[in-house]
Amino acid sequence: MIRDRWRRLLSNVIMMLCGLSVLIALVPLALILFYVVSKGIGSLNFAFFTSMPKPVGEPGSGMANAIVGSFIVVGLGAAFAIPIGIICGVYAAEYAGTRIASGVRFAADTLNGVPSIVIGMFAYGIAVLPFRQFSAFAGGVALGTMMIPLIMRTTEELLLLVPSTLKEGALALGATRARAVFTVVLPAALPGIMTGILLALARIAGETAPLLFTSFNNRFFSTDIWQPISTLTVQVFFYAISPYEDWHRQAWAGALVLVGIVLLCSVAARLATARMERMHRGG
Amino acid sequence: MATRRPRARLDDLFFRVGTGAFAILLIAAVIGIGITLIQDSWLSISTFGWQFWQTDYWDPVAGKFGARPFIWGTLYSSFLALAISTPIALGIAIFISELSPAWLVRPMVFLTELLAAIPSIVYGLWGIFVLVPFVRYLETLVPQWAKAIPLFSGPPLGLGMLSAALILAIMVIPFSSSVAREVLRSVPQAQREGAYALGATRWEATRMALFYARTGIIGAVMLGFGRALGETMAVTMVIGNSPQISWSLFAPQYTMAAVIANEFAEAADELHLRALIEIGLVLFIITLIINVISRMLIWSMGRQRRPAPRRRSVLKEAAA
Repeated sequence: MIRDRWRRLLSNVIMMLCGLSVLIALVPLALILFYVVSKGIGSLNFAFFTSMPKPVGEPGSGMANAIVGSFIVVGLGAAFAIPIGIICGVYAAEYAGTRIASGVRFAADTLNGVPSIVIGMFAYGIAVLPFRQFSAFAGGVALGTMMIPLIMRTTEELLLLVPSTLKEGALALGATRARAVFTVVLPAALPGIMTGILLALARIAGETAPLLFTSFNNRFFSTDIWQPISTLTVQVFFYAISPYEDWHRQAWAGALVLVGIVLLCSVAARLATARMERMHRGG
Repeated sequence: MATRRPRARLDDLFFRVGTGAFAILLIAAVIGIGITLIQDSWLSISTFGWQFWQTDYWDPVAGKFGARPFIWGTLYSSFLALAISTPIALGIAIFISELSPAWLVRPMVFLTELLAAIPSIVYGLWGIFVLVPFVRYLETLVPQWAKAIPLFSGPPLGLGMLSAALILAIMVIPFSSSVAREVLRSVPQAQREGAYALGATRWEATRMALFYARTGIIGAVMLGFGRALGETMAVTMVIGNSPQISWSLFAPQYTMAAVIANEFAEAADELHLRALIEIGLVLFIITLIINVISRMLIWSMGRQRRPAPRRRSVLKEAAA
């Protein structure tokens, strides 16, 4: 009897600890969001988005160049990662049993686990060293390399979810395999793939480490992809480690913008997923 | 008809070769990372040899490059982070998969995913201005007699190993817990029902499920370890960036990723640059090995469960 009571007590205590660990994990999340919002909101104004960085102490300083720069670098990365990622995903789903398919799956998982700073070095080796010049292009190469495995894996998974009868129908009507995939199967999976792309964008938009020595930084407004460019994340980093109160405030404001972008993307993705699930259940 | 068939077959061939070329490109890119790093760091590898990893003195100005403190800092901070995060991550996974009422699952999964989605730089910023002062305060509370223990020696700076380990732990929790959750979900329900039928308490049934899923759980923890090893920005901002080997939690130290982030863009000297790339190469190799092993562990769990969901879906189709 005593043993039984002890067993039940132990069970309850451990289950309570499990609940406690959820709370422990939520505390830093709440703290981070609280500080980012409360410290960032004060420095976030119209000028932050429209004006250039100014020397310490001068009012009306902003990060216009960094915000534009972030869009350019992320856009470059997406421009080359999305097609490659989708095509690799198509191959892995269409020829699932082949050795190349397992190879590319393995490569994507490996790439996904490579630290972002190492990816930055790789991009430095292939896109900075040969030109002897930091550039937005090199930053795009780094971010794109990180994005490819994410997009490839979502594409593959979602293509496999499309009912095979759809493709078989197209093939029976005399379509070639390429036509069946690109005009029937891929469009059916497209909403899901867009969600995956959104999540991948959210993830690489917050990357800093691979940009430190690829797109580097630029104090001026630049849209030239062959020149160094300023990005939001790198700018936040340099402001954060600076000794100036004024720049710290700017860093918090930048962090708030970053968190806002990331939150927006993941909430949008979540809503899209929920809608798709409803559609699937309905149909 | 007769003319169309070979044409279609040719199209299919084009499709296969065309998409396959991209797949091979991706495989080549991963191999290319290794080759590029080896090539770019060859000068350092051939100049220093093993000496590079056996000496402690890092002074780029004097041309002295010993990388042992960085390996130490990376491994020590990651192990500490795992020690903190593993019980919490497992607790979360158990809570979500075994305990939580159904309506609570989605919001909780969303919140843990949010923790993973916050950019590293934001963690770092928060670390510098909120966590580090807090850790400094904690460190001043340590009584004098405890300072004799190597773990707590040194002045209370805040910036140092403890802050780095804490922030890494926070960042690793969502990764390990989401994989552990998936693994626990793959444990057949019959396993738990059997335990309950034998009169097991909730914890005993859960322990059974944990035991069943042990390889996958180890994989989940290792995946988190791989993340911790390569984490750069947040650690760089709070670890203090001082290359020394110390057991002390209070001592500022340095990691491989942090030294690359701090010095790479400004490395004017050829040898300095190559030495940093060699550090990157070793980081790449370590994380590669960890990741491959953990994926194999998780994958072997996944293979066991494959038949179950498929059978269920066939039934559903038959019913429809």
